[in-house]
Amino acid sequence: MERYYQPEIECASREQILAWQNERLVKQVKHVWDNVPYYRKKMEEKGVAPEDIRSVDDLHKLPFLTKDDLREAYPYGLLAKPLKDCVRIQSTSGTTGKRVVAFYTQHDIDLWDDCCARAIVAAGGTNEDVCHVCYGYGLFTGGPGLNGGSHKVGCLTLPMSSGNTDRQLQFMVDLGSTILCCTPSYAAYLAESIHERGLRDKIKLKAGIFGAEAWSEEMRRDIEQKLGITAYDIYGLTEISGPGVSFECSAQTGMHINEDHFIAEIIDPVTGEVLPEGSKGELVFTSITKEAFPLLRYRTRDICVLSREACPCGRTHVKMSKPMGRSDDMLIIKGVNVFPSQIETVLLEQGFTANYQILVDRVNNSDTLEVQVEMTPEMFSDQLSQVADREKQVVAALKSMLGIYAKVRLVAPKSIQRSEGKAVRVIDKRKI
Amino acid sequence: MSIQQISVFLENRAGQLADITAVLAQHNIDMRAIHIAETSDYGVLRIIVDRPQKAASALLEHGFVLSMTPVLAVVVPDEPGALAKVLAILAREQIDVEYMYSVFGRVNERACMIFRVGDIERLSAVLTAAGIAPVPGEALGIHAE
Repeated sequence: MERYYQPEIECASREQILAWQNERLVKQVKHVWDNVPYYRKKMEEKGVAPEDIRSVDDLHKLPFLTKDDLREAYPYGLLAKPLKDCVRIQSTSGTTGKRVVAFYTQHDIDLWDDCCARAIVAAGGTNEDVCHVCYGYGLFTGGPGLNGGSHKVGCLTLPMSSGNTDRQLQFMVDLGSTILCCTPSYAAYLAESIHERGLRDKIKLKAGIFGAEAWSEEMRRDIEQKLGITAYDIYGLTEISGPGVSFECSAQTGMHINEDHFIAEIIDPVTGEVLPEGSKGELVFTSITKEAFPLLRYRTRDICVLSREACPCGRTHVKMSKPMGRSDDMLIIKGVNVFPSQIETVLLEQGFTANYQILVDRVNNSDTLEVQVEMTPEMFSDQLSQVADREKQVVAALKSMLGIYAKVRLVAPKSIQRSEGKAVRVIDKRKI
Repeated sequence: MSIQQISVFLENRAGQLADITAVLAQHNIDMRAIHIAETSDYGVLRIIVDRPQKAASALLEHGFVLSMTPVLAVVVPDEPGALAKVLAILAREQIDVEYMYSVFGRVNERACMIFRVGDIERLSAVLTAAGIAPVPGEALGIHAE
């Protein structure tokens, strides 16, 4: 039977959720207007006053916040509470530029912990469980978030933090960890190590809560099978709180957004227009309960789809799909939004590797898209017609995924340049 | 009776063939036959060499994608109509030739053809029955490794 951490909230009626959102949004806008000059100025520039926001329907009138705003306002510019009321700072990893810091009051931490507790209970967690947290502890929100949630549920919490695989495995065996919380790539690594050391029969894991990076359905099945667990996805971002903004339930078909704390919108990443329900676009969050760092209409850059279809788990909060890409990476080719991650998905499905490059150009006023992908031993054949058939299959799969034609060019192995950090996936030669 | 052909993926780009032949030269590999099939973007290089395993390892080490393909070497008199006779037999037996090409120089004082077919055992049996037995690798100077 499905269990909930806060059933009266997680399974509340749509009307109830909306009533909470309306009330909290109005209050939050006032709080921000009064305490955050940076955002107030943005509102004034847009000609919006707190009185204009009377319900969620008015949300679209508010200006957006982006990561650039957070950098510009670093460190205190978006703080809405005196520092004496704040008890914690967390920070983003800083891989894409200047660090971003977020502040929390004790109340903020409590609510964040609740969100993570919901995720743990959705994954089957109870006070009988041993919750093994090997997300990093520190400025990164992963460790502290799941740690707090685990306490709320009453699990015996193992604050392992990341790294030191030998110790992770020893504790997992000796202390009988039942729930594993970490990044999916570390879970895959642990699964591999457990397999290699023949520890599969000695571990008691039953569930995993994995997030903080992109992972595929294939990877999920692989981890589940190797560890004999059910693997649940969890989503979050430091700017909004941390892990637990949304989490997966037993249905494993998307993550329930904690709508009593966060209002989600999907917008067109180019025009900023709010898109109708079910559209694919950029996810925007408004935190309506945060005290210290209440971001209104924060653009996550994550591309996904929201679904309000009734979920068999009984939860009524809207579900978001796994992010399909980042709006920063989005290309507009022949008027169609194309994400490198979509192309990567097709290539992997078709048996190629993730060593690819996307070339966009404009020939005779028309956009062209070419995908260069390295040949692999599996895809190669001494017969040209078979290689051509495989190439045609990839072209067809790309067409079906993207809606436009992409020329596929098979290139020699290792001919696509590797880079130390983020791979250069896209070369856009268009002069627009 | 089949011999090993090395099939190498060729990106259609200047220097690809030069790179492959340089690797073979470095390892002192002798090519006995060579054939290229190509589209506008890429191609497949098919070679018969004196030491197939050594050549394959060397090419793999240099990052080339390749496969080993069993093919049949057939010698025919080097005179007009000889190949036509062989192909007539194949046509009669409804054996599809995926591709074929010739070996450099003469083998046993005769011309030598390389055949790639779906069912190599059957081709071998059919030709042997017709008195045109396929030749072993040694006849082409291929070392057993």
